[in-house]
Amino acid sequence: MERNPMRRQLQVMRKSLFDQGYLDEQFVQLEELQDDANPNFVEEVVTLYFRDSARLILNIEQALERKPFDFNKLDGYMHQFKGSSSSIGAKRVKAESTLFREYCKSGNGEGCMRTFQQLKKEYATLRKKLEAYFQVARQAGPMETACRPK
Amino acid sequence: MATATSSSAAWKAVDSVPDQFPAGLRVLVVDDDPTCLIILEKMLRNCSYEVTKCNRAETALSILRENKNGFDIVISDVHMPDMDGFKLLEHIGLEMDLPVIMMSADDGKHVVMKGVIHGACDYLIKPVRIEALKNIWQHVIRKRKNGSKDLEQSGSVEEGDQQQKQSEEADYSSSANEGNWKSSKRRKDDEDETEDRDDTSTLKKPRVVWSIELHQQFVAAVNQLGIDKAVPKKILELMNVPGLTRENVASHLQKYRLYLRRLSGVSPHLNNSFMNPQEETFGPLSSVNGLGLQALAAGGQLPAQCLATLQAAALGHSTAKSSIPLPLVDQRNIFSFENPKLRFGEGQQQLMNNNKHINLLHAIPTTMEPKQLTTSTSIGNINMQVASHGVKSGQNNSELINMQVASHGVQSSQSNSALMQMGQPQFAHAPRLPLSVGQPIISNGIASNVSTQNGIRANIRAPGNNPVSQTSSMLNYPMNHASELPGNCFPLGSTPGMSGRTSKGTFQEDFNSEYRGSVGFMPSYDIFDDLNQHKPQNWELQNVGVAFDDTRHSNSLQGNLDLSQSVLVQQGFTSGQMNRQNRSGIVVSKAMFSAGDSTEPGNPLNVNQHLNSLPIDNTIRVKTESVADVNPDNLFIDHFGQADLMSALLKQQQGIAPAENEFDYDGYSLDDIPVKTTTHHSPVLVMIIAFYNVHNLLCNQSLGPLSSCFFKKLDMTSFKIIICCRFST
Repeated sequence: MERNPMRRQLQVMRKSLFDQGYLDEQFVQLEELQDDANPNFVEEVVTLYFRDSARLILNIEQALERKPFDFNKLDGYMHQFKGSSSSIGAKRVKAESTLFREYCKSGNGEGCMRTFQQLKKEYATLRKKLEAYFQVARQAGPMETACRPK
Repeated sequence: MATATSSSAAWKAVDSVPDQFPAGLRVLVVDDDPTCLIILEKMLRNCSYEVTKCNRAETALSILRENKNGFDIVISDVHMPDMDGFKLLEHIGLEMDLPVIMMSADDGKHVVMKGVIHGACDYLIKPVRIEALKNIWQHVIRKRKNGSKDLEQSGSVEEGDQQQKQSEEADYSSSANEGNWKSSKRRKDDEDETEDRDDTSTLKKPRVVWSIELHQQFVAAVNQLGIDKAVPKKILELMNVPGLTRENVASHLQKYRLYLRRLSGVSPHLNNSFMNPQEETFGPLSSVNGLGLQALAAGGQLPAQCLATLQAAALGHSTAKSSIPLPLVDQRNIFSFENPKLRFGEGQQQLMNNNKHINLLHAIPTTMEPKQLTTSTSIGNINMQVASHGVKSGQNNSELINMQVASHGVQSSQSNSALMQMGQPQFAHAPRLPLSVGQPIISNGIASNVSTQNGIRANIRAPGNNPVSQTSSMLNYPMNHASELPGNCFPLGSTPGMSGRTSKGTFQEDFNSEYRGSVGFMPSYDIFDDLNQHKPQNWELQNVGVAFDDTRHSNSLQGNLDLSQSVLVQQGFTSGQMNRQNRSGIVVSKAMFSAGDSTEPGNPLNVNQHLNSLPIDNTIRVKTESVADVNPDNLFIDHFGQADLMSALLKQQQGIAPAENEFDYDGYSLDDIPVKTTTHHSPVLVMIIAFYNVHNLLCNQSLGPLSSCFFKKLDMTSFKIIICCRFST
């Protein structure tokens, strides 16, 4: 019972993430993988993503400090980052990654830097939102799987 | 889940198509991205598959290697830090032949194409959805189905075709790219064939040494199938040699075909003979030999070839076969020496004059032979060896020897032996070294004396010296050039010694004078020592100018010839005869091998003989000389291979700079060999030859002592180097 409001809140949050384009269909895939055996699967994956991608962000940052830019390397890092981001459904972040890669390919250093800044912003925003989301989710208890009280 | 098939241990898809995706499918997932990895793992688990994940390609490979049959399918990311995904794909395809699915966030067409080309059975774009993973089992079934079809059709189609057909039949319905997939698959199959080759190189498979026995097996298989229908797969199956791959067979088949072509160019008969190392080939050989020798004499040609062959022979054939009756050797060599050998025939005559060239050629045969020689099986073998070595160029060494021997005749001294051998290779077709291995063919030209000796030698020798007798003995060598050989033909330049004897005049003249007896440099022919004398010299002579002393040649001519052949013949070589002379010449090549010293008489070194004989001219001599040390007789065979080559090489280079005849060729009475040590073999040649010889020697094992002798003889700086390098056996 108590869960209901929480659940409702959770659903609102979730919907907003999708509507605002922070998350995409892939996130749903993750949710579908969650089951009794892995009740916190989505959160685990997202946590892992943020931990691992932080490393990549750092690498890119460092690479951008070295002039002239090694576009190949930058592109490589970003490729990895994009792959990770897309697997959890981080839509906006993924879009920025794609843009960054295009600038790399065309050798546009300025564009790379600008895009990267934008990317970092989106990344940070997503992180905050998801952290809040999962907090509520934990409190709300297992979704859907719960039996309706009779 | 249901339907599952059986145990996880061996997921069997068999014929029945389960309504749900097959449970228990054992999947290995490789991705350096931990997020993706964990998601994939979960997805696959949800599909009821058995999942193993790893984040590094190397780890994946070792896991796969440890559990050969532990997995049904592999899913791998394209971009990984330690290894490229495509490379991993190749490895897996080659080693384990498992279906591999590639993944990437990249959806660019070229990347997908790359996957297809490298043999991926599917390509998934990240982020991967569970639906895409549900159907991966189809790849497992398909692969198995195609795999068995392959086996059935093996042999019917040259690589690629079968696969193509099969792929056509299979219905590829990849979850992701259907259309692409079909064509991709086809392409993939095509690529597979190429991939195999590429993979082979990538994987750096250990080099397969085509020993005489192995080669015989190969030839037998080819004959059984029919040369036109012989495809690597079938050959491989017929041969049933563990550890041999289709790629090995394919490349060997290619060489063999070239060899045959070459043979047919020289003499149709020879081709056949190729198959039968034995005397049969000689028959034709003799005729061919003559030709070959002449051709060799033409020298110019030979040398190059010889060199090639010699080198090839030397290097390629570790003719363990040495004892193998030459015929075998030839075969082996044939391949390697195909070219050279052929040349010999022609060169021989010319060589004589050219000396230079031929010698090389001769050398080649010898090299081949020497190898054989080392085994010191009867001289005949040596000859064979020599021949074989030389032959490597593609002809049978034995033939070479024979050829050489024969060539001797032809060449008249040429290094018939050498030529024979070498030339033989050309003749090789036939050769098979009619030498009958025992024939130290080498002495072809010179053989007249020789002939008796090695039997072959006689044949060989004939060319040069005895122009004839050799031929007779020349064993079968078709080389019949016998008697002429000596000195002549040895394509190498001079059928060293051999010609010395008889022909010496002819071609040997060049050589002879140089080697004079020293076998026409056929230095490689230790065998020929008897014969070789002419020959070896020839080769060497050519280069070495080793004039196998024909002086020797009279008796030693054989040696010379033998030399060339000696390599082959060496064994037989009546050590006395050609041997020394030839030996030297041949020895040169041999010298290389056998550190020549080996007193040739024994021929053990035949090679040495060569060397001895070689000393004739110095350049070549050197090489073979060392070989010569070895009983030229024996040496030749083996040594020649190497020595001859070397000599040939040297000779050529040097124009037969006499290998400093320091060779003591024990075997050869080097003294006899007038070898002109003056000419200096090009150091390179010397070295090459030396190495070759050494190599041969080593292979032949008997060279041990020889090589040392050989090397020490070499006066030339280059040789010195060689000496140093001479791997102490």
